[in-house]
Amino acid sequence: MHLAYPAVLSALLFSTGLYGVLARRNAILVLMSVELMLNAVNLNLVAFDVWLSKAARETLHSGQALTLFTIAIAAAEIGIGLAIVLAVYRNRGTSDIDKLRDTAEGHESDGPGDATAAEKAEATA
Amino acid sequence: MTTTTLAVLVPLLPFLAAVAGLLLGRTAPGFVRPLAVVPTLAALALAATVAADQGGGTAIDSATELTPTGSIPIELSLHIDGFAALVAVLVGVVATCVQIYSTGYLRDDPRYPSYAALVSLFTSAMFLVVYSGDLIVLLVGWEVMGICSYFLVGHYWETPEARAASIKAFLVTKLGDVPFLIGLFALATDAGSFEITRVLGTVASGGLDHPTLIALLLLAGVAGKSAQFPLHTWLPDAMAGPTPVSALIHAATMVAAGVYFVARLLPVFQASSAAMVVLALMAAITMVGSGLAALAQDDIKRVLAYSTIGQLGYMTGALAVGDRGAAVFHLLSHGAFKALLFLAAGVIIHAAGTNSLAAMSRMSGLRDRVPDAYWTMTVALLALAAIPPFSGFFSKESVLGAAEHTATGHTEHVPGGAGWIVLVSGLLTALLTAAYATRLWLLAFRGRGAEAPDHGRQPLSMTVVLWALAVPSLGFGGLAYRSLPDWFDGHDLTPTLTTSVLGTGVALVGGILTYGAWRHTTALAAGIPLGAVAAHPEADGGLVEEEAIASHEPAYGDVAYAPDPADPGRLLLGPLHRHAAVGFHLDAVYTVLFVRPVQAGASLVRFLDREVVDTYVRGAAALPRLFGAAVRRAQTGNVQTYVSALLAGTVVLAVAVVLVATGA
Repeated sequence: MHLAYPAVLSALLFSTGLYGVLARRNAILVLMSVELMLNAVNLNLVAFDVWLSKAARETLHSGQALTLFTIAIAAAEIGIGLAIVLAVYRNRGTSDIDKLRDTAEGHESDGPGDATAAEKAEATA
Repeated sequence: MTTTTLAVLVPLLPFLAAVAGLLLGRTAPGFVRPLAVVPTLAALALAATVAADQGGGTAIDSATELTPTGSIPIELSLHIDGFAALVAVLVGVVATCVQIYSTGYLRDDPRYPSYAALVSLFTSAMFLVVYSGDLIVLLVGWEVMGICSYFLVGHYWETPEARAASIKAFLVTKLGDVPFLIGLFALATDAGSFEITRVLGTVASGGLDHPTLIALLLLAGVAGKSAQFPLHTWLPDAMAGPTPVSALIHAATMVAAGVYFVARLLPVFQASSAAMVVLALMAAITMVGSGLAALAQDDIKRVLAYSTIGQLGYMTGALAVGDRGAAVFHLLSHGAFKALLFLAAGVIIHAAGTNSLAAMSRMSGLRDRVPDAYWTMTVALLALAAIPPFSGFFSKESVLGAAEHTATGHTEHVPGGAGWIVLVSGLLTALLTAAYATRLWLLAFRGRGAEAPDHGRQPLSMTVVLWALAVPSLGFGGLAYRSLPDWFDGHDLTPTLTTSVLGTGVALVGGILTYGAWRHTTALAAGIPLGAVAAHPEADGGLVEEEAIASHEPAYGDVAYAPDPADPGRLLLGPLHRHAAVGFHLDAVYTVLFVRPVQAGASLVRFLDREVVDTYVRGAAALPRLFGAAVRRAQTGNVQTYVSALLAGTVVLAVAVVLVATGA
C-alpha cells in the first residue's frame, strides 16, 4: 500500500479533529475531537514506521511503540477530561465552552481590577 | 590617692551616676534620689580637694594615650591650673544645689529619674570640659553638654514652647559648633598638637600661621555656647525648661564653658588684635542689647535669662581686654548669684502660680509667702546690680578696672579701642542691670492687689539650697579678691577708685530711676486687672511652672510680653519697649534670613522631586503599560480563541521553516 493513502487519511482525520476543537461548543465533543487528532497522529506514526522499516535491515519499531504510549496516555487524558467536564457540568449546569470564561481578563474580577486601576491613576496624578 | 586620681574621679562619678540612673530609674525608683545627689556631692568634695591640693601653684598635668589616632595624637589628659580648679568647684557647688533642689521641685514628676540622670551627665560633661588638657576631649564634653541641654530644655515636651526651645537651642549652638570644630583642627594643624599646653607653647613662640582665622572660627563656637550676640537667641527661649535646669545650664555651666574656653586659650586670641576687637564688639552689643531686652520682659525667668547674657557679655568683655583673671572671677561670682536667682525664681513661680511679673505685681504679700526666696533673692539681685559689698560688685569692678586699664593703654597685645568699647558699654550695662534688677524686685515683691495664694511652706530641700547659695553671693567677692590673683595670672583684682565710684554711681542712678518710674506707674496697676495662674497650684514646682509657661501666651498674647501699662520698664524704655520685648526682632531677622530660605529650598526640592524626577519615572512606565493593556485585551477566557491563535502561530512558523528550507 502506498504511503499516500494513510497520510492523506490521517491529514483528513487531523483536520476534522482540529475543526471540532476550534468550532464545537460542547466540551465533550471538543474532547472527542482531540481524540480524533491524536488518532490521526497514531495513524501517521504506524504508517511511517512501516514505511521506514522496509528500508532498514534491523528496526526497533519505535513508531509503533510510541503509538502504544500515545493510546495509553490518551485513555488517561480522556478519563480525567471527562471527569472535569462532569464536575463543571454539575457545578454550572452547562458544559458549553463559550460560557466557561472565568480566566478572562477584566471579566469577573471587575471590582478589584478597577480598584487597582483607580489607585494607579491616583498615584500617577 | 594622688591628686590626679582624685581629679579623674571628679567627672567620672557623675557620669557613672548618670548611667546607673538611666538603667535603674524604672526598676529601682528608691535609688534615684541618692544616685542623683550623692555622686554629685562626692564630686564636689573631690573637686574641692583637688583645688586645695593644687592651691593655685603650678598646673597639674597628666596625660595618657589610649591608642594612636593618626597624624596628631589625641590624649586623655588633665590640665589643672588655678582656673580649672576653681571653676570645677563652682560647677560642683551649683550642680549639687540643683540636684538637691530638684528633689523637691520635681518631686511628683514621672520623668524625674531620666531628668536627674541627664543633669548628672551634664555635670560630668562640664567637669570634663573644665579639667581636660586635650582639645578633642574638651570637645567631647562640649558636645555632650549640647545634647543634654537639648533633652533638659525639652523636659516639658508636652508644651509646644519647650519643644521649639529645645530644638532651637540645639540648632543654634550647633551652628556655632561647626566653625568651632574647623577652628580646632586649624589650630591643631598649626600647633601640631591638641594638647593645650603645647598649643600655648606654640603661640608663645609665634608659631601660629593664621591666628585671626583660627580665633574667629573658635569665637563662633564660643558665641553659640556662651549665648553671645548674634547667637544668643536660644537662651531666652530655653527658659521653657524647668527652673533648676535653667540654673544649671544657663547660669553656671554650659554658658560658662565658652568663656572658660576663651580664658584657657586667651593667648591664641591675643595673637590676633582683630579677634580681640571682634570679641569686644560682640561683648558690647550683647551687654547693652540684653540689658535693654531684660527691662522689657514679662516672664521672670526671661528677665534672668537676658541678665545672664549680659553678665556673660561682661566676661567676654574682660577677655577682650586680655584679663582672664577678671573674666573667671566674674564667672565664679556670677555662677553663684545667678544660680540663686534662678532657684529663687522657681520658688516664686511655684508660690505665685505664674511666671508673669505683671501678674505678680497685682499680688500683695508674696514676700511673706516665700520669706526665704525673698531675702536670698534680694541678696542675689544686689549682687547682680553690683552694689558693694556684695560679690557681684568686686567681680564687675575687676572687669571694669581691666577695661579702664586697657583703655588708658597699659595692657600689651590688646588694642586700646577694645578697652574703650568694653568700658563704655560696661558702664551703660551697669545702669541697665541695676534698673532691671530693681524692676524685678519691685514687681515681684512690692505688688499691690489681691492677697497672694497660700500653698503652705516650700519644701526644705528647696529653701536650704537658697541660703547655701546666698553665702557666696554675699561674701565671695569681698573675701576672695585679694587671694584670687595667686590662683590666676597674678593680675590685681582690687577695685580701683574711679571705676568703683562710676560703676556704683550708675547702678544707683539706674535703681533710683526705676524706683521713680515704678512709683509713677504703680497706681495704674489697680485699674487694669491682669493675670492667669496655674490650674494646679498645690502640685509640685515643676508642674506649676509647666502650666505657667503654657498659659502665658494664651493669657498675654506672647511668651515674652504682657500689655501692662503699670510696668516701669515701659515708661523707662519708651518707644523702645515694644522692640526690646521681642529681643529687637532678631528672631524675625533670622526667620527672614535663614528659616524662610531653607523652607523655600525645601519646597523647591519637593517640586523638583515630585514634578520633574517623577515625570521621567512615570514616562518610562507608559510604554510597558500600553503594551500591557493591548495584551490584556487578548485574554478573552475562551479556550478556543487561544487554540486558534496557537494554530495560526504554528502555521506561520511552519511556512517560515519551509521557506527557509527551500531557500526562497
